[in-house]
Amino acid sequence: MKFAKALASATILAACTFGSASAADLVVGFSQIGSESGWRAAETTLTKQQAQERGIDLKFADAQQKQENQIKALRSFIAQGVNAILLAPVVATGWDEVLQEAKDAEIPVILLDRTVDASDDLYMTAVTSDLVHEGNVAGKWLADTVAGKPCNIVELQGTTGSSPAIDRKKGFEQALSGHDNLKIVRSQTGDFTRTKGKEVMESFLKAEDGGKNICALYAHNDDMAVGAIQAIKEAGLKPGSDILVVSIDAVPDIFQAMAAGEANATVELTPNMAGPAFDALAAFQKDGTKPPKWIQTESKLYTQADDPMKIYEAKKGLGY
Amino acid sequence: MTATLKGYALRLLPQIIALAAILLMVSFVFPGFFRLEIQNGRLYGSLIDILNRGAPVVLLAIGMTVVIATKGIDLSVGAVMAICGAVAASSITSGHSLAMTLVITLGTGILCGLWNGVLVAILDIQPIIATLVLMVAGRGIAQLVTEGAILTFNDQGLIFLGSGSFAWLPLPVIIWLVFGILVALIVRKTALGMLIEAIGINRQASTLSGVLTPVLLIAAYMLSGLCAAIAGIIAAADIKGADANNAGLWLELDAILAVVIGGTSLLGGRFSIAASVLGAIIIQSINTGILLSGFPPEFNLIIKAAIIVFILVLQSPPVRNAFTFLALLRASRKPTERQAR
Repeated sequence: MKFAKALASATILAACTFGSASAADLVVGFSQIGSESGWRAAETTLTKQQAQERGIDLKFADAQQKQENQIKALRSFIAQGVNAILLAPVVATGWDEVLQEAKDAEIPVILLDRTVDASDDLYMTAVTSDLVHEGNVAGKWLADTVAGKPCNIVELQGTTGSSPAIDRKKGFEQALSGHDNLKIVRSQTGDFTRTKGKEVMESFLKAEDGGKNICALYAHNDDMAVGAIQAIKEAGLKPGSDILVVSIDAVPDIFQAMAAGEANATVELTPNMAGPAFDALAAFQKDGTKPPKWIQTESKLYTQADDPMKIYEAKKGLGY
Repeated sequence: MTATLKGYALRLLPQIIALAAILLMVSFVFPGFFRLEIQNGRLYGSLIDILNRGAPVVLLAIGMTVVIATKGIDLSVGAVMAICGAVAASSITSGHSLAMTLVITLGTGILCGLWNGVLVAILDIQPIIATLVLMVAGRGIAQLVTEGAILTFNDQGLIFLGSGSFAWLPLPVIIWLVFGILVALIVRKTALGMLIEAIGINRQASTLSGVLTPVLLIAAYMLSGLCAAIAGIIAAADIKGADANNAGLWLELDAILAVVIGGTSLLGGRFSIAASVLGAIIIQSINTGILLSGFPPEFNLIIKAAIIVFILVLQSPPVRNAFTFLALLRASRKPTERQAR
């Protein structure tokens, strides 16, 4: 499928070079990293949807995790004279030259989801989420929910040393400071995967008196929470009531768990990064309003009260 | 009979000592380690967790032992796990029966092994390169099957294979016990094991003396593929979904390590399936022990590496020779002491 996608995007690129691209009033090139995770697939789907809704002609290029492919795609967008470029950079460094070429051609570049190590006058703005803030929202929800009662928390961290793991931990701990009743008693890495989430949770349960000592679980992503929920159930406890479950990402499967009462809350890492980007672009095209250098996406909190099944149905088709 | 039993025990002694030492060490940092209780009709405790979580690596190690005994290596097992998990999930969600799903999945694993075997035995490509092909391509194939997402399923029969229990034990433990004993019996109660060792020691000589080398080589890789398929089914059933990106990731290295801890030489020849299984359990004991200890995750890999280096140093020929030398020295000294008295 990847190959087919690459072929398709290559054909699209070729078609643009030879055909005329002025059917729509706004032509935007989008260089996506690839499709390494469900979230990224959803981001691609939503970007295409958003473009279609606004009547934007989107040129899509899948870089298959390679920076050289992204640079090639950017150069081809510049050659085609697109109105703007969306870039989800695979790595942070090595962009100065090609961004300068875009700047010389007076094509604004908007970074999606990740930032680059380059002078900030080389791009128009960056649309990203705030990882620390996400952890903070999760922590605040937990502090409000237990409301002063003593609560022992176990934490499933992301891959050790990765920036989401570091920042989501930091934000959560910030929200907890000042609440002496909340204590993180165990914290281990679950590598962002379901299998490890389940395995680590099993050991947490054994280590904390069969789970009787644990009041809440905080997982750095939903997949680990889904694995941990299974471990809690197999230990004979009720996730969602015996042990509160809060996690981050808002992938479809966690909404199923929430509908079943097995998870309590999730903080959304929205895959709709393109919406705010297109809004900023429209304002810039209209009267030259320059957006701020960083547009922070909303980290929305979902709980069981938000009709999880409906959100599950809506998210299911996005390619997560 | 007792003599052969004693022989087995002696062969497994280093692994048993290492395992006991690790379990003892974990019980120091986590006092409730040996506690076992019956809950929901099954045994519940950290020791059971080790046997259960170790299932994929144990299964991979069984196949890997036979492959390594032929002087080969199979790097593709982790990726084959991902492929088979994906095939099982997509087959069950598209409405096939459990029996059909198992046949398709195990067949896929065997087919992957056949591919590796043909590259090694017929085309004479070095095993490390031949299996590297599928290691790299396999995850892509698995993603094609799941279309990049985690493919979840709700078939109780398939889920039972990963998290059900039988005779108070988790089903994955039963599966690897039965499968391991079966494979060990087949290779040891027939001449098969000896022929495999012969290929590992000198492939050309065994061909010349009438061993069907290509057939046996292909069979070894097919066995490894079958093991990976079973491991893949268990891994997918455990989380009720096939995760093409992460299922079996780096487990080929753990499986090779298990075989090495089990004392089978990577240069081929003599092998012991029981020792490899113990090796896999040793690795899982370290993993579970680290999780129970409550150390920060930054230490996980360092602790694991330190323990494994220690085990391997103890097993290394110079250290073993030194032990033998000391034992001989003591044995030879005793009579002289008596004489002096």
